[in-house]
Amino acid sequence: MYKIKKIIIITIALVVAVLTFLPFLWMISASFMATGEANKFPPSLFPNKIDFSHYQILFSRLNLTRYLINSIIISLGATFFSLSLNSMGGYAFAKFRFQNKNKLFKFLLSSMIIPGQVTMLPVFLLLKNLGLINTYWAIIVPGMASIFGIFLIRQYALSIPDSLIEAAKMDGATEFQIYYKIILPLCKPILVTLGLFTFMGTWNDFLWPLIVMTDANMYTLPVALANLSSEHVQDTELLMAGSLITILPVLIVFLALQKYYIKGIMLGSVKE
Amino acid sequence: MVIKEKMNSKTKLSSILFFLSPALTVIVIFFFLPVIVAFIMSFTDFDIYALGNFSYLRFIGLKNYSTILRDELFWTALRNTFYFVIVGGPLSVAASLAAAVLLNSKFIKFKGIFRLIYFLPVVTTHVAVSIVWRYIYHPRFGLMNYILGFVGIGPIDWLGDPNWSMPAIILLVVWKNFGYNMVIFIAGLQNIPEELYEAASIEGASAWQQFKHITIPQLAPTTLFISLITMIGYFQLFAEPYVMTQGGPLNSTLSIVLYMYQEGFRWWNIGYSTALAFMLFLIILIGTTIQFKLQKEKNV
Repeated sequence: MYKIKKIIIITIALVVAVLTFLPFLWMISASFMATGEANKFPPSLFPNKIDFSHYQILFSRLNLTRYLINSIIISLGATFFSLSLNSMGGYAFAKFRFQNKNKLFKFLLSSMIIPGQVTMLPVFLLLKNLGLINTYWAIIVPGMASIFGIFLIRQYALSIPDSLIEAAKMDGATEFQIYYKIILPLCKPILVTLGLFTFMGTWNDFLWPLIVMTDANMYTLPVALANLSSEHVQDTELLMAGSLITILPVLIVFLALQKYYIKGIMLGSVKE
Repeated sequence: MVIKEKMNSKTKLSSILFFLSPALTVIVIFFFLPVIVAFIMSFTDFDIYALGNFSYLRFIGLKNYSTILRDELFWTALRNTFYFVIVGGPLSVAASLAAAVLLNSKFIKFKGIFRLIYFLPVVTTHVAVSIVWRYIYHPRFGLMNYILGFVGIGPIDWLGDPNWSMPAIILLVVWKNFGYNMVIFIAGLQNIPEELYEAASIEGASAWQQFKHITIPQLAPTTLFISLITMIGYFQLFAEPYVMTQGGPLNSTLSIVLYMYQEGFRWWNIGYSTALAFMLFLIILIGTTIQFKLQKEKNV
């Protein structure tokens, strides 16, 4: 009985794993198939012969390098600003003493229920008036600070002992020195987490880049891919190659830093 | 004594401004002010003409909202979104819980690897996986129908049949998201004291009884949190229908955000689109309140 139970549970876990991974497996293998090979019945899980031509087409004729660079610059830029601004704000909310601090923080938290879509049109019009549409700033600037980012840093910074800060003050350190030399190094794990969230969130985002990047040269990878998919519906293998390239960078970043990502989810799920 | 005095003292205003104003300025300019402006815009007839010349802009009171209530496409989008949230939400949460319980089992070795594989879809790009799944759902060559063929289920035109298009999107989204909440559930499971299960075992409770009377109640706060974030996120369905079906067939996958996007950024009916956004906000607010109420009643 015990043994049967064990076999059943392991089998279920394995089947779920295979089914979860299957779409990726198919994407990878179809991206290396010759044109038309993926549109056959029964579907084949492995290419007859490895064919790199779709990747070549993507990077030469279809300008994917440009979109890749756009995505990298935008995601890194957003990550840099988000880390700077949110860490300062989060630290202040954790350790500064001023009137109505907690009220202000609670107000910020409760406003998180407003869906971001509400702000899209006014922000678009504002960026348009500033001449920022079709620039990297159109994506980077609105995301430079976020309530979630401040929240994440604050939760972590709360655990830093006040005595450390007081001791530094006694030694004559300025507020900025304390932040830069004590708080930031201590907050490293949560900074990695927030950086990871911001980078991946920006990379994967679709709706906002779709709105503010109307010039084909400024497309991010997801927008370019969505565009490609409506123009090349029949080119299954080409689109699988494009999907793989879009997913791969975030996947690599995630695999390298997954511990921090999981920790971030946990921190984000214990509100108050 | 000196230290204590310092500890209670307020931080200098200049420091507060220096550290808080950058982040708060961005949040005010790109979040709070736009919310207010959007609210005002939802009472105007802001459209493509007003975009060129602001003097065409007129306040029309509640007209956008009354138009929405008579707009058949809005009701279709609302119905579809509710379908997605009410079926897809609980399904997602159940799948996450099942996966968490599975991976928490003492029989499973290499838990880290399983967790990683289950989690992979979470970090991938919506647009990319939507494209991949569009081909998996292909009625003739797709993997889905091929696999279902083994269990005797006939070919389904997943994305072409209005009855199957939303289930197809739900299935994709459950696959993409279950790993996220699974991680939270696993942590919740590990916080349940082992003694509870031991005591129940001694009294002869079956695995199912233990699950029902220990696991579920102990996880209640976690489940509430997960249900809330899942529901709020699912109300904002956009990329999947945009890429896979463009809201079709026969508007069967038109979501509120997709409709809002089309009205606002394709037709530039800006006033109308912002009114739609506030309807979405209102619905999310009502949904959240109901969930809290339900949870409270359960606890009484």
